[in-house]
Amino acid sequence: MPEILKRNKALSVSPLKASQPLGGALAFLGMDRTMPMFHGAQGCTAFAKVFLVRHFREPIPLQTTAMDQVSAVMGADEALVEGLATICNKSAPALIGIVTTGLSETEGADIHRVVREFRMQHPEFAQVAVVPVNTPDYCGSAETGFALAVTALIDTLVPEAKAAGTVPGSRPRQLNVLVGSSLTPGDVDHLKEIIEAFDLEPVVLPDLSASLDGHLDEARLSALTTGGTPLSALATLGNAQATLVVGASMATAADLLKARTGVPDLRFDGLMGMDATDELLLTLSRLSGRPVPVRLRRQRARLQDAMLDTHFMMGLAPIAVAGEADLLAGFSALLREVGSEVVAAAVPVKAPVLDRLSVRTIKIGDLEDLEAMAREQGAELLIANAHGVASAQRLGIPLLRAGFPQYDWLGGFQRTWIGYGGAQQALFDLANLRVASHHGVTPYRSIYDRSPDNDLPEGPRHGTSASPAGGYAACH
Amino acid sequence: MKAQDIKALLDEPACAHNTHKPKGGCTRPKPGATAGGCAFDGAQIALLPVADVAHIVHGPIACAGNTWDNRGTLSSGGPDLFRLGMTTDLTEQDVIMGRSEKRLLHAIRQAVEAHRPPAVFVYNTCVTALIGDDVDAVCKAAQERFGVPVVHVDAAGFYGSKNLGNRIAGETMVKKVVGTREPDPIPASATRPGIRVHQVNLIAEYNIAGEFWHVLPLFDELGLRILCTLSGDARFHHIQSMHRSQANMLVCSKAMINVARKLEERYGTPWFEGSFYGVQDMSQALRDFACLIDDPDLTRRTEDLIAREESRIHAALEPWRDRLRGKRVLLYTGGVKSWSVVSALQDLGMTVVATGTRKSTDADKARIRQLMGEDAVMIEDGSPANLLRIYEETRADMLIAGGRNLYTALKARMPFLDINQEREHAYAGYEGMLELARQLAITLESPIWSRVREPAPWDADGMPATLEVR
Repeated sequence: MPEILKRNKALSVSPLKASQPLGGALAFLGMDRTMPMFHGAQGCTAFAKVFLVRHFREPIPLQTTAMDQVSAVMGADEALVEGLATICNKSAPALIGIVTTGLSETEGADIHRVVREFRMQHPEFAQVAVVPVNTPDYCGSAETGFALAVTALIDTLVPEAKAAGTVPGSRPRQLNVLVGSSLTPGDVDHLKEIIEAFDLEPVVLPDLSASLDGHLDEARLSALTTGGTPLSALATLGNAQATLVVGASMATAADLLKARTGVPDLRFDGLMGMDATDELLLTLSRLSGRPVPVRLRRQRARLQDAMLDTHFMMGLAPIAVAGEADLLAGFSALLREVGSEVVAAAVPVKAPVLDRLSVRTIKIGDLEDLEAMAREQGAELLIANAHGVASAQRLGIPLLRAGFPQYDWLGGFQRTWIGYGGAQQALFDLANLRVASHHGVTPYRSIYDRSPDNDLPEGPRHGTSASPAGGYAACH
Repeated sequence: MKAQDIKALLDEPACAHNTHKPKGGCTRPKPGATAGGCAFDGAQIALLPVADVAHIVHGPIACAGNTWDNRGTLSSGGPDLFRLGMTTDLTEQDVIMGRSEKRLLHAIRQAVEAHRPPAVFVYNTCVTALIGDDVDAVCKAAQERFGVPVVHVDAAGFYGSKNLGNRIAGETMVKKVVGTREPDPIPASATRPGIRVHQVNLIAEYNIAGEFWHVLPLFDELGLRILCTLSGDARFHHIQSMHRSQANMLVCSKAMINVARKLEERYGTPWFEGSFYGVQDMSQALRDFACLIDDPDLTRRTEDLIAREESRIHAALEPWRDRLRGKRVLLYTGGVKSWSVVSALQDLGMTVVATGTRKSTDADKARIRQLMGEDAVMIEDGSPANLLRIYEETRADMLIAGGRNLYTALKARMPFLDINQEREHAYAGYEGMLELARQLAITLESPIWSRVREPAPWDADGMPATLEVR
């Protein structure tokens, strides 16, 4: 069990954390024809929007209740009702997700009551689903906000089995899939492919692979998400054979779904690496009664070969990882399989999954903390989001980008990390970074063979001593 | 090159492989069952590390195009022309119409004008040898016209094996380059009171992965000035001054034994054969220099240095020995390394269960027996099938061999360490032992082995053994 070091400084430098409402909004973006709305000042939304637009390189539907001086003090309930009505009027969405912010939570807004008031005031919009979720900025992180939004989706839109008459297993081939925020749209897409290869029908909640997968639509403009989990699918969750839960952060959402529907669930902390993928395929094979498809068995054999080819570079490699808890869980599982050591790890907030990781020490903190740890422990490679670029440069080590945001990297949102193929590519990329940054022996020129025209461009000669014997002295 | 010259090179008197039979010399390759490079390959390997020379391969594209930039030899900076691949890339028209000589002359001019090298080496190849290009004449003309030494390395592929190419390259250096310049004076900054400087050469040290930089500071400390390492991290002027050496060391190789012998013949320089792999051999190499130079002060300082370095490295190796002790190694590599690496591995507490002797001499084999006991398993047949069989029979934990066996080993799910020229890690010297230990541990201790050896958790049809959902 790792030692978990708590936050112990007043100033957070180079933060690793993105806020809860941002994560909550992202979950809603995995629902079809949806508009997420922040209940807060307009900047709350603008910052999150820029963050998501730059990461996904997509237009992102996101609205705000635009709280101002007056509503901040006198109450912003009207702004929320007005915002809902405006979106309904303008865009006719299937769903509006409301996330709160630091401002509205501090003010003490009761969004659930306001939604009921909206329903009374605007019966004409009764067909528009509205899901409110409390995601104060000063708690949790994007990962927990995402999970809270999924929990709220279930709470609001999945009916009790008794009341709705849903029966677990009455749709024997349906498999519900709850995915956490550590899965990219590329991951979700691959997961669906795997499930379908067993002749099962996945219903993914939320399905970012159908909305933020970077596809070009026929329509040139849309105010809403143009894909994602359809609202109608939520009513069927209670009839599925089972629910697959990916990401430890989804535990509460999974508990609620199970309690609501009685559908049994199967939980995975992550799907990175061979062991987790083996377990997934075994589970799917048992659920479906179908053999593991030949294509996937071939992918496993390829991963085995990649493990052989890369183990020289990855064995005993000291690696630093910064990211949300689920992402750290995934990478630590993958790296453990090839003998690398996570010598420095930082997560933005504490999570129960951390206790299950095979990492010596985990710091709840920022990239400054991680950088210090990585330097002290001699990390030779960094896995982090794009904010890690500067840290990696200062540490003089290569960076593998993973997590949010990846401003300077195209396709990061679409990258597949899970499954055999995802592990294979991750190992190749990690090993390539290791090879490219391999320093080897420091060049040394004999003291008897030093003249201006054949001098070292750098190296021992230019050490602390200006004399040609400097390199000699440095070696002993 | 004349047939009789090739024959003379093959009949190397100092080589213990030489049978001295009427039709003596190196054995011929067997069509259909031969691996390894040609004479051109050998010549390139021997000389390409010379960093400041323009190396021009005269021939069609295969010879340079398929091989350039593929070896791990490193240079300490300054001009690094050896990193460029240069070739005349002959066309069909050149071959048919006899334009290749002209192209070569222009090629040399282009290289000289663009890079101002201290010398140009021109490597002959099969096609140009066969169509009768007078490369000697072109080189002579170019040298006169452009004012730069242009050296013809006449080692076309069909002349023979890689080993022959090494010898031709060495021979060419001895005949045409060595002795054409005096060593630079010793820099004033490098003179230290009480330390007499002695001048030495290393022959066939290639500075793979920069490994010689682990060793060179020790030579500096002892006052052993290395005039030239033929050819790792060498410069042209180093080779020119090799004749002023007091003692030469032939490093880990029979390939350039002719160079050592001829330098002795011409300049009376004594030589010995040694290795920088393993603590014992590293120390022995320093002792052998002191012995040949026969300066009591050097001998004393050498022993002091050895005592200091050995105690330091043994302490540093201790934790690695705990991890590696008792592990069983199958070693398959050539010549000197067949015993020098054995002693390095034994230094680490490992057991060498068998070693390759295909390229070893009787003397090499005697040293193997000394190290591994009278009934040491010696492998002549290095075919993948045979290596696999011996690996299983000897219950070895890993294979240490050249890069060409790497993927054989991995496909057979064996831990592996690359000991030959293409490797990326520096194993020479005391410091190199630490890297060797580390790399051994990386492969031996990797957690991937169970994942690649054990069957998938479902049967041949893809169905799980138990069908209950957990």
